Formats: sequence, structure tokens, C-alpha cells
Amino acid sequence: MTIRHHPDFASLMCCAAGSQPDAFAAVIASHLSVCADCRAEVSRMQEIGVALFDALAPADVDAAAPVIAMRAGEAEMGSAVDESVTATAREAPAGDVPLPLVSVLGARLDDLPWRWSAPGIWTHPVPLSENAGGELLMIKVGPGKEMPAHGHDGQELTIILRGAYTDTIGRFGVGDVADLDSDTEHTPVACATEGCICLVARDGKLRFKGPVARLLQPLIGL
Amino acid sequence: MADLLRRVAVNGDVDAFRALFRAYAPRVKSYMLRQGADSATAEELSQETLLTVWRKAGLYSGEKGSATTWIFTIARNLRIDRLRKEVAWQPLPEDGPEEASTDLAPDEELSERERGERVRSVMAELPPEQTEVVTLAFIEGLSHSEIAARLDLPLGTVKSRMRLAYQKIRDALEDLR
Ligand SMILES: [Zn+2]
Repeated sequence: MTIRHHPDFASLMCCAAGSQPDAFAAVIASHLSVCADCRAEVSRMQEIGVALFDALAPADVDAAAPVIAMRAGEAEMGSAVDESVTATAREAPAGDVPLPLVSVLGARLDDLPWRWSAPGIWTHPVPLSENAGGELLMIKVGPGKEMPAHGHDGQELTIILRGAYTDTIGRFGVGDVADLDSDTEHTPVACATEGCICLVARDGKLRFKGPVARLLQPLIGL
Repeated sequence: MADLLRRVAVNGDVDAFRALFRAYAPRVKSYMLRQGADSATAEELSQETLLTVWRKAGLYSGEKGSATTWIFTIARNLRIDRLRKEVAWQPLPEDGPEEASTDLAPDEELSERERGERVRSVMAELPPEQTEVVTLAFIEGLSHSEIAARLDLPLGTVKSRMRLAYQKIRDALEDLR
């Protein structure tokens, strides 16, 4: 997989800080699971947090070191447990759902309960926790199909999971991320042979252009 | 600090752990308070962070990052888990970047200290408006749009300040990669 489009540094920083809204974090985590370059950036970005943490004024801690709890935890867990847990989590399941999402979506894109939304377009909303803002949506677009032209009120982060799409910015293939601001308007066209499956996170509602697209809006649940 | 961690990992050294606890628990608590935890929760989370350090000390390897980096990552992940109650994809790996482990130089720990020092000196020189946004993001846990709302700035300005701050860190670490 050759990745050509990476998330903006600002988006990666938000991830490093752990302050990213849930939906965006899912897209970034999916990208990090396939992009060593961005993993290296994020680990450098964490140094910012570490330096700030280091400089915090210490708060008064009432209790002493929890020695009893330490011993209890030890007895209950054994020392090798954590290593085996880590090893299991690292094993890639046979599938094409990004590793960080497998626990929520299962391993295979083809097994998702896709919902027909419009001719050539299927969607599957990914459940988010209660207080998470924004939305997270799997979108499957048939070969050569055009997504309705849209602009954004907020930010939109998209990662391609299968196939590719092309818009005015360029061609986005598997692993690529489109990191778009509110002023962007685009009409992605799915790859003519494979179509396109992507995971889209957004914080604002989409604004569709033109009467037909506006008519589609409630229909496709975008 | 790395030495204390090693004593905890290898010997289950309780005194070394007490020293780590004294060194880190107050700052972890302070971090949790800044993230919006009430005092009791912050106390609990600082205890839990250090307990995790005790349990996982064997997984810490000095060549992959400083002790502080490791402990802070544990605190960060714990705080997302408890304070945000969100789903499974936010944690960052606690064992550091895998790239770093491929070519271990004997003076790795020295360069680790060097990294930390360079980052701190860049941070000390940042213009106040850049320090402000990175602090709100990393210490107070605000998203970019929350920062924009808090400071009454356009989102684009917040993002460009974040990028400018990081670019300086990145340049300063260029030859240590
Ligand atoms: Zn990348």
C-alpha cells in the first residue's frame, strides 16, 4: 500500500493529545494502523504533552503508594498476563476493517449490515458513545458512481478502506486520508473498477449542492 | 527514573516504586484535575496510573522512550478511558514507536535525555499564543473546535498555531530521528 495523502499535522496533534472527538479519532487511528510515518510523527508530538506534563505544578496527593493494592493486583494477575494480552491485540485478524475498529465492526467490510441509501450508494453508521459529537459513517460507493456534490459546515476526515476515489484534490487510494476543512466543496467519483469503501467522520452537517442532491439528503442519511 | 523503573521491573522493588510514586503521582493528579476530574477522581486516577506502572513495569524498555513519556502515555490512555468513556480506538501504544527498537545504540538513553531537553527548550521559546493552544489540547484535553470557541478564534488559526509549534519541535529533533 502506497500512502499519498496523510492527515494534517494539526489533526495528528489532536490525536497525540488525546483530545480528538471520537469520530475523528476513529479515522486517525485507522490511518495510524497502516502508516508508520504518521505513527512516528504522533510519537514526536507526544513529546509536547510530556514536556507540558513535566512542568505541571504537583498536586497534593493524600494517599501513600498503594502497596497493598500492588500486591493484590500481582496475585490476581500474575506477571505474564499483560504481555500475552498485548500479543493477542497485535495479531491482525483476517479481514479488511482497520484494526482499531474490529472490536466494534467485526473484521470484514463485506459482512457489515450495509443499508441501501441511493442508487450505487450504501451506508452503515458506526455507533459512537453517548456524549461524542459528530458522526461516523461507512460509505460504499459503486464503481464509477459519483457522490453527491457537497460542502461542509465543519471538518471532515475520510479514510479509504477499499478501492479509490478521485476528486479535485487528486486520487485517494487505500489508507489515504482526506482531511478537509469547512470551506472545501468536492464531488468524489469512485474508482471505475472497484468502487470505493470509506470511513467518514464529520462534526458538521453536510450541505448538498443543487436540487437533486438536496432531495437525496434525507434519503441517503448523509 | 528509568533506573527506578528497572528496579521495579526486575526485582519488584517496593522502595523504588515508592520513589516513583512520590515523583509522579502528584503530577498525574494535577494533570487529571486540569482535564476536569474532581479531586477524588483525580486522586484515584493517579493511584491507578501508578498501579499500572507497577504491573506493566516489565514491559517498559528504556530505549523506546523516557520513563516520563511512558508514564504520561499510561495516564493519557487511562484518562480517556475513565473521563471520556469513549470507544476503543483512542489509546496510543504504551510501548513507544516500533521504529525505535530496530537499531539500538548503546547511548540510546543519552539521546533520549537529549530529546527531552531539546523539546523542553523549544517549548520554553514558543510564543505565548502557541503555548496556549498546545496546553489547552494536551493538558486540558480540548479539541481544536473547543479551543477555537474558548479563545474566540477561527478554527484555522488554532490549527496553524498547533502546526507552527510542532514544526519547531520537529526541526529541533531532525538529527535525532
Ligand atoms: Zn500517514
